[in-house]
Amino acid sequence: MRAMRTRIARTVAALATVALVAAACGGGEELDEGTGTTETSAGAAVDLSGETVEVAATWTGAEQDRFEMVLDGFAEQTGATVRFRSAGDDIAAFLGPRIEGGDPPDVAILPQPGVVKTFAQQGDLLSIEDVAGEEVDANFSKTAREVGSVDGTLYGVWFKVAQKSTVWYNVNVLEGAGVEPPATWEELQQVAQTISDYGVPPYSIGADVGWPLSDLFENIYLRTAGPDMYDQLAAHEIPWTDQSVKDALSVMADIFGEPDLLAGGTTGAEQTDFNGSVTQVFEDPPEGALIFEGDFVGGVISGETKAKVGTDADFFDFPSIDGSEPAVLGGGDFAVLLADTEGGKALIEYLATPEAAEIWAAEGGFISPNTAVDPSVYPDEVSQRAAQALVEAGDSVRYDLSDLQPTEFGATTGQGIWGLLIDFLRDPSDVDGTAQALESAAKKAYGE
Amino acid sequence: MSDDAREGSAATSAPPVERRKRSWAPLLFLAPALVLLGAIVVYPIFFSVGRSLFDASGGRFVGLDNYQEMFSAESTRTAIKNNLIWVVFAPSIVTAVGLVFAVLTERIKWSTAFKVAIFMPMAISFLSAGVTWRLIYEQDPDIGLANATVGAVVNVFRPPGVLPGARPSQEDAFRPVGDGSLEAADPVDVGGTVGFGLVAIPPEQVPEGAVQAVEPAARDDGIAGVVWLDFAPGGGGEPGGIDTNELGLPGVDVEAVSGGEVVTSATTGPDGTFVLEGVQQGAYEVRLPSSNFREPFGGLTWLGPTLVTPAIIVSYIWIWAGFAMVVIAAGLAAIPRETLEASRVDGANEWQVFRRVTVPLLAPLLAVVLVTLVINVLKIFDLVLVIAPGSAQRDANVIALQLWKTAFGIRDFGLGSALAVFLLLLVVPAMAFNIRRFRAEQS
Repeated sequence: MRAMRTRIARTVAALATVALVAAACGGGEELDEGTGTTETSAGAAVDLSGETVEVAATWTGAEQDRFEMVLDGFAEQTGATVRFRSAGDDIAAFLGPRIEGGDPPDVAILPQPGVVKTFAQQGDLLSIEDVAGEEVDANFSKTAREVGSVDGTLYGVWFKVAQKSTVWYNVNVLEGAGVEPPATWEELQQVAQTISDYGVPPYSIGADVGWPLSDLFENIYLRTAGPDMYDQLAAHEIPWTDQSVKDALSVMADIFGEPDLLAGGTTGAEQTDFNGSVTQVFEDPPEGALIFEGDFVGGVISGETKAKVGTDADFFDFPSIDGSEPAVLGGGDFAVLLADTEGGKALIEYLATPEAAEIWAAEGGFISPNTAVDPSVYPDEVSQRAAQALVEAGDSVRYDLSDLQPTEFGATTGQGIWGLLIDFLRDPSDVDGTAQALESAAKKAYGE
Repeated sequence: MSDDAREGSAATSAPPVERRKRSWAPLLFLAPALVLLGAIVVYPIFFSVGRSLFDASGGRFVGLDNYQEMFSAESTRTAIKNNLIWVVFAPSIVTAVGLVFAVLTERIKWSTAFKVAIFMPMAISFLSAGVTWRLIYEQDPDIGLANATVGAVVNVFRPPGVLPGARPSQEDAFRPVGDGSLEAADPVDVGGTVGFGLVAIPPEQVPEGAVQAVEPAARDDGIAGVVWLDFAPGGGGEPGGIDTNELGLPGVDVEAVSGGEVVTSATTGPDGTFVLEGVQQGAYEVRLPSSNFREPFGGLTWLGPTLVTPAIIVSYIWIWAGFAMVVIAAGLAAIPRETLEASRVDGANEWQVFRRVTVPLLAPLLAVVLVTLVINVLKIFDLVLVIAPGSAQRDANVIALQLWKTAFGIRDFGLGSALAVFLLLLVVPAMAFNIRRFRAEQS
């Protein structure tokens, strides 16, 4: 009953987002093209009483609640009113009409550097070098600056890291089946088989839009092909028809190939969205056991299920494949400035501070790339471990590959990597065809 | 237009002062409408036509490249195919359903209440109607009304087995029979024993009353055996052997088969044991019939690739049937009663009256309803966006959705404009037809 209510609530929330997108097509305020001097008093809160700052992000549900707590902190500091707009999974489609209509939100949180790049190159973003440059240099790693920059200019503050090399599981199911969290791919497959014998389908995959599939592929590729090849594929220096891609797809077929091992079978996976793939694992009785997704799964677990992270739910690191070294796949959300307003700049500056990050970090389901964040604010051992793994992976951290691609190839519903991997889920025997389709979609997106 | 011309020629004979006054007046009244039309309809049309000849960012003239790309893209072809399905089925079904409702409501008491109920969905926004239908079509029968309804029927005729989804612990000790039954690999002699070790039964699905499984005691007059859960919670135990904590599975049907005929059958007890009695000496195939393993109805995938477009069309019919009914009912009320009476007096039955008199008299009206719906259906967008889940959106794609995704999703306004122009061209013939009808009616 509870599961049913949350699922209905989720659907309604997702659809309300669509309503907002539709509503956003209207709007007629002029874009303020002011060239006033930029205030760079780092840390000192400006008084913005009476001003309204609008911020758009892809977050819904629990994540939206947490982010609004961060925004409340900003409102308290400055006296500004902050309006949050949930943009749904496809934030480019949300922002497109707003920008075209000359009325973008002041700040947007973009989930992919690829989108940051696309927007920056179209001249829709404002440089934040003077707004948050110092803060970023002082408290963030070099990688954070590089990924947030386009052609050497800083456009995005990396606000939230998604540590995507984790596999979450239902502790009770693994105990019931009498298995330990696996460390290698072979062990994973044995564990999955035993869980299936126990009576629970092991893998819970939310393939409704496709991004969890691309994360799974990238984790596998990072391990089977190694970080160097990964960089080459990310830059499309090697084609998607390369043998390394086919090998990674074949490994992926270990998971897709046996519909009995998928919660709800193949069609069930297709009809399940990401949140659903998490909640069904922690329902009673559980409809799945393992989720291949990042640290943010923890936030969904504590926000939308009765399970407790640490006791009922836990994670293990993505298994090593053929003896591969530890590696971490990271994603992340970047705060960018779309309108030259005092409120917008102040918010960007605020989001670069450790104080802002600590508000969410204390709630769970969040890892900050800000090195000044006090590790003790993470509420539990689980998120501390996920944050720790990111720090320890050091040079083997790779940014989410699909997020580095042009939007239409890497991050559009029903197209490119997302759409083609859904096709692959439907027919896991078609490795060559999938590689070929990925390559032609990549070629088109890169304009080759 | 023609009125204006007549007005003009009539005014030439009038005094000059009055003439100026009279030619300005209509323009003045038309001005607000003209300005609005010009700004939000005419200008965008010409802008889109022009924009469709340029590339994504609008900087480079590309001629008809966008149109070529549009028709070569698979996504657009799917969209056109789906639009075609929509146009063929949705308007005709809506009109037919509306006609039936309109004729029937004429005959019943409380017809107004009935009409209000049918018309009600028109008052709901497409968005909320979409949300409602998305929930109705949920695959899980606990949430989706459609599957709950189908499931209620299916489960009566095909009751789920006691062990849905179970499978043997050792693949080679048994062999699956075509219909999903599970059969011991070798025939069993009378006086012998047989064990069926099964796995993939979650704790909450173990039949009630199950106790520790035991080895079956051999019997001279029959075949003894055991069906047990060959998986101890927490692991441990050997596949194929009865270990501590492995439960018997009560309530499972077992059959002895000889030459394809079921000779005798038995049901397992709390410890999973059974005895197949009353058989002649000899060897028999022992099997667990497929009814044991039958899954409960898991729900149809309404919103999967194959059913998604028909499913959305049904929701469209639900919304628009009321519109068609009200318009047709108004037309029906205008049909002279005498004509209908006359045909009845002449000996026509009700079906003949409907088929030979009512429908032909209503034909012009039906055509207008149909064409209006065709225009409406060509532009279908919101229902598809809301109801189709992400994984089926490609399969449910329609031109307007493709337009929106192209223009505002990947921000290729050139290609988006080309799609918009294409959509306009599709709508124009239907518009022209409707305008000609209006004119014909006025003259």
